[in-house]
Amino acid sequence: MLRAQGLCWGAGGRQIVRDAALHVEVGECVGLIGPNGCGKSTLLRILYRVLAPQRGQVWFEGQDIWRMEPRAFARQTAVLAQASATAFDSTACEAVMLGRLPHQGRFAADSAQDRRMVHESLARVGAAGLAGQRMSTLSGGERQRVLLARALAQEPRLLFLDEPTNHLDIRYQLELMRLVRGLGITVLVVLHELNIAAQFCDRLYLMQAGALVASGTPRAVLTPEAIHGAFGVRSVVDEHPITGRARIAYWMDAHDNE
Amino acid sequence: MKTSAWLLTLSALLLLAVLASVAWGSAQLDVAQVWAIVRGQVLQRIGVVVTPDWPVQHFQIVWMIRLPRVLMAMLVGAGLALVGVVMQAVVRNPLADPYMLGVSSGASVGAVSVLAWGVFAAAGLYAIAAGAFIGALAATVLVYLLAQQGGRIPPARLILSGVAVGYMLMGVTSLIVITSGQRDLASALMTWTMGSLASTQWTALGLPAAVLLAGMALLLAQARQLNALLAGDETAATLGVAAEGLRRQLFVVVSLLTGVMVAVSGAIGFVGLVIPHITRMLVGCEHRRVLPVSALLGALFLVLVDGAARTWFAPMEIPVGVITAFIGGPFFIAMLWRRAAREER
Repeated sequence: MLRAQGLCWGAGGRQIVRDAALHVEVGECVGLIGPNGCGKSTLLRILYRVLAPQRGQVWFEGQDIWRMEPRAFARQTAVLAQASATAFDSTACEAVMLGRLPHQGRFAADSAQDRRMVHESLARVGAAGLAGQRMSTLSGGERQRVLLARALAQEPRLLFLDEPTNHLDIRYQLELMRLVRGLGITVLVVLHELNIAAQFCDRLYLMQAGALVASGTPRAVLTPEAIHGAFGVRSVVDEHPITGRARIAYWMDAHDNE
Repeated sequence: MKTSAWLLTLSALLLLAVLASVAWGSAQLDVAQVWAIVRGQVLQRIGVVVTPDWPVQHFQIVWMIRLPRVLMAMLVGAGLALVGVVMQAVVRNPLADPYMLGVSSGASVGAVSVLAWGVFAAAGLYAIAAGAFIGALAATVLVYLLAQQGGRIPPARLILSGVAVGYMLMGVTSLIVITSGQRDLASALMTWTMGSLASTQWTALGLPAAVLLAGMALLLAQARQLNALLAGDETAATLGVAAEGLRRQLFVVVSLLTGVMVAVSGAIGFVGLVIPHITRMLVGCEHRRVLPVSALLGALFLVLVDGAARTWFAPMEIPVGVITAFIGGPFFIAMLWRRAAREER
C-alpha cells in the first residue's frame, strides 16, 4: 500500500533521515520506534507528504505521492499528529467536520453525508457524547479521541499516527491503541513506548541516528542487543503471560554509560 | 441562537442604527422622518413619484450629508472586521489587528504618497486606494517576515514587529504630509493617522462597496480553508490545504480590503481586534459563520461609534479612531490578562 525507497532529508548540515526504505501492506499495523531525536517523526512527515524528501521516493498504491493532488492524497490518508495548542476554541463537532474538507466543494454546505460521517466517526471513537463540547474543556485523552475521529471523518485507507499516546495515562494509552487496532484501517504509527509497540504492532521498524537498522515482527526486532544498541539500556525480553506478546523490562547498571 | 437568527437580528439592528445615526446631530430629526426621506428617495430612483412633505434642508441633511457618511461607516466597519478575522486566522493569533500590525499604517503611507506627489493623483480615489493597497501589502509582508522565527510566529514577536513597523510608517506618513508643502494635506494628517469619516460623498461609496462584496465572496469561498489554517499548517497540509500558498493569497485580499478602507477613512484602529473576538464568543470559530456575522457586527459597531464621534462633543467633531482606540485599548489589555491567566493555570 505504501512503499518508500532511499529517503534522505537533512537540515543545517545534519542528516536527519538517511537512506530509509520501508513498506506497509494493506491491513497491517506497522510501528516505527527509536530513541528521541532519531528522526522517526521526520520520516513520518515525509511519508504523509508534508515534508518533501531531498532524495528518494514514496509511492501510495503505486503512485508517487508528490505527483498526486494534495486533496486526493488527503481523501485516502489521514494523520493524527501531536496536538498543538491553539488559542481558537472550536467544538468537538466542528473539529471533526474539518476532516470532511478534502471531500467538500468550495461553496457547498455540509451535506447530510458529511454530518453522518462526523457522527459515525465520533461514535467509533466512543466520543459521541462530546460532540457539542468545546475542545478546551476536554481532557488529553478525550481530545486525542476527537482528533482521531477527525482523521476517521476523512475516510482514510491509511492512517499515520505520530506518538498518539504521548502524555496519556497508561489506561488511555491502551484504550487508544486498542481503538486504533479495532478500526480495520492500515496504520503506520510512531511510538516511543516499546511495550505498547510490541503489544499492538504486526511489524516494527527500529530507527537509529536517521537510519532504519532493523525490521520485522516485534519478537524479531525487540532483542536485548538491539534495544541496548538503540537506547543504551539493558533489558530482558520475555513473553507477556496474558497477551502472549513480547514484554520488555529495563534496567541500568550503576556504571552504564559513564 | 442559530447563525441565521444572528444574521437577521444584526441586520435589523444595523438598519435601526443607520436610521438613528442619520437622525442624530445638531439638527435633530426623528427616525420616522429619516425613514420617510430615505424611502422617498429610493422610490423616486426606481421611478415611483413621491410628493415630499419634508423641508428641503432636512432632505439635504439626511440625503446629501449624513446618509453617505453613515453608509461609509457601515462599509468600513464591515471591511475592517473581515480583515481582522482573516489576519487572526493567517497568523493563528486572536490578538492580530490590521491597525496594530502596521497594515493600516502602511496603507496610510501609500495613500498620502499618492496625494503628496500626485503621481497618479489624476485618477482620484482609485489612485489613492491603489497606493494604499501597495502600502498595506508591503507592510503586511514586512511584518510577517520580521515576526517569523524558524517557521513559527510567536505572538509576542508578532505584536512587537507590528507595533515597530506601524510606528515607523506612521512617522513616514507624518513626514510626507508635513514636507509636501500642501496645507490641506497637513490639516488632514489627523484623518490619516486616527481615521475619520467626515465629509463622505455618495461618489466615494462605490469602490469600498465593490471591494467589500468581492472580498466577502472570495473569503466565503475560502472559509473551510481558513478553518484548517486555525488548526495549524501541519494539520492543514494533511487535509490537502497548502497553507503557505493560501496565506499569500489572503495577504493580497487583506491588503486590498485594508487599502481601500484606509483610502476612504484613514487608519481606524481596533475594529479588527474587538469585533472578531466578540463574534467568536457569539457563534464560535467556524469561518462560514464568523465571516458574515463579524461583517454585520463591524458595520453596526462603526455606525454607532461614528455617530458618537459626530455628536458627543458637538459642535466639535472628534476622529472616529479616537473612540475606537478608547474602546479597543482596554479591550486588548483585558484579552492579554485573560491569556496570561489561562497560561498560568
